[in-house]
Amino acid sequence: MRAREAFLMATEALRVNRLRSALTMFGVIVGVLAVVVLVAIGTGAKDAVESEIAGLGSNIILVVPGQIGVGALPTQSRLGLADAAHVRRAVGDPSRVTVSVASGETMRVGRNEAFVTITGTDENIPNIFDRPLAKGRHLSETDVDTRRRVAVLGSEVASRLFGDIDPIGRQATISGARFRVVGVYETVGATFGVARDQEVHIPVTTAQRLLGLSRINGIAIGATGPDEIEPLRRRVVAALEERHPGERFSAVTQTQLLGTIGSVLGMLTGVLTAIAGISLLVGGVGVSNIMLVSVRERTREIGLRKALGARQRDVLTQFLIEAVLLTTIGGVLGILVGVGGSLLIDAVTPVPATITLWSVLLAFGVSVAVGVFFGVAPARRAARLDPVAALRAE
Amino acid sequence: MTAPATAPPAFEGENLRRSYQADGVAVEALRGVDLCIESGEFVAIIGPSGSGKSTLMHLLGCLDRPTSGTLRVGGVDVATLSEAGLAELRNETIGFVFQSFHLLPRTSALDNVALPLVYRGVGAAERRTRARAALTAVGLGHRLTHRPAQMSGGEQQRVAIARALVGDPKVVLADEPTGNLDTRNGAEVMDILAGLNADQGVAVVLVTHEPEVAARASRRIHVRDGRIEQDAR
Repeated sequence: MRAREAFLMATEALRVNRLRSALTMFGVIVGVLAVVVLVAIGTGAKDAVESEIAGLGSNIILVVPGQIGVGALPTQSRLGLADAAHVRRAVGDPSRVTVSVASGETMRVGRNEAFVTITGTDENIPNIFDRPLAKGRHLSETDVDTRRRVAVLGSEVASRLFGDIDPIGRQATISGARFRVVGVYETVGATFGVARDQEVHIPVTTAQRLLGLSRINGIAIGATGPDEIEPLRRRVVAALEERHPGERFSAVTQTQLLGTIGSVLGMLTGVLTAIAGISLLVGGVGVSNIMLVSVRERTREIGLRKALGARQRDVLTQFLIEAVLLTTIGGVLGILVGVGGSLLIDAVTPVPATITLWSVLLAFGVSVAVGVFFGVAPARRAARLDPVAALRAE
Repeated sequence: MTAPATAPPAFEGENLRRSYQADGVAVEALRGVDLCIESGEFVAIIGPSGSGKSTLMHLLGCLDRPTSGTLRVGGVDVATLSEAGLAELRNETIGFVFQSFHLLPRTSALDNVALPLVYRGVGAAERRTRARAALTAVGLGHRLTHRPAQMSGGEQQRVAIARALVGDPKVVLADEPTGNLDTRNGAEVMDILAGLNADQGVAVVLVTHEPEVAARASRRIHVRDGRIEQDAR
């Protein structure tokens, strides 16, 4: 028997039992659809996070106390401004080092109020981070040295508190203290769920007094190029650990962040895909089940075919093609709906979704494989039927 | 027409035995059958139900193998053949006609008739040509696209005969071919089988319990209790 004949027989059998074929395919469609959509969401999330990290600026090293790692406990900060000065000396160029101390506070302008992230920092922010101004100026060295009550607002804070009014030179209140707005940042979006447009930057010295703190949260350093990152990182950590014997400090680079976040998201995508895989498995069991029913129903037909000269191999091929056709058509439909669904999710929800070729090819390959895997048992049963008994079957 | 003397017998069985396991008990359906059917013969196998005539028929049709004894079909010992070899032998030398027709219900007469050629690897165009010729030969040239349900029982059995003939077999095995037909249609089917034997030299072996059907054959083999009771020419 030629492959073409087997194919035609299989399509005919599926066509005859249209509703049953469609319902059987449904299981496979849902499984493949889930795989495609979940992989798209996982990939989309990873892409989004990676572009967020890249959007921070280039060649940034963040220094924090304690050790960083998945599962590590947060450490009480022991860093202070003196440490920042020490790091500046280690780096050699003070303008490439900045500090931050942050706290959530309410900011008021007249009757308007907004809950914002107050970040105490210094004049070096624009040297290290990608933080363009929409209007006004950055914090200055004098602001920090003289502990001025000046603020640079994130774009969202500015529009919430001032609306259409130009905020430059106007007053805003944080915890009862009056601040003068000197600048407004451009909209930059969120990084790791931190809404950077809701930040308010004030001089670190002013922030420490306002918040009653002497510590800082972290130090950020801008390397001059990718090759400098690693030596600089080691130098800074060594300098801090020398200053605070027995304590550990961590300096993370963007590459490390990308690696860590990438592996976490990869794991998440893997788990989601595995769950989707289970539904594909259930779809495959459905195919197996229906094929067994079909073999039983067509016992007489199988007996007849054998009497007319069909070999076991011919019968096996016929039923295997039928099963593979079921899962493959289901797989293609699942891919189409999955790709469509992913594009829709990406377009109308805040969840990013990116279709990748490998996930589509994988889904297709898996649906073919599911057909073979779950089709073999029923097809073998058909092929091994005794023709005499099969011809007698009711 | 008589086949040349050099042609091997259509069937040659020596001490054929076939037993089944039924609920752990061995049931002997055939208890030592010796028979030889020459090519071109017209034979009826007669016997009451349970006599073993159907089992004999299945052995001759290569649908089953004897438990012991030797069976040669067209000179070939079936014990030497693999499953695929046996299927090929069925396809090329034997044409089956069943009591209940066994046509594929959703398939046209033409495609039903062409089915054996599918397993022989014959191309679609040639299959159709040969199937059309076979249907015309049984007087159904006007029923090519009809499905079994659209035809009478007599017509369905004629389609089945056309299917048995389409591969130019050496033997047609007919299992109660008139069992589901009325007298007139039964006679018509018998006429076709007899004509086939007389005109084309195809051996016809039919299993029946109807004496008037058996009377059409030139040789009658009576089977009882798994043995040949009488072999009358």
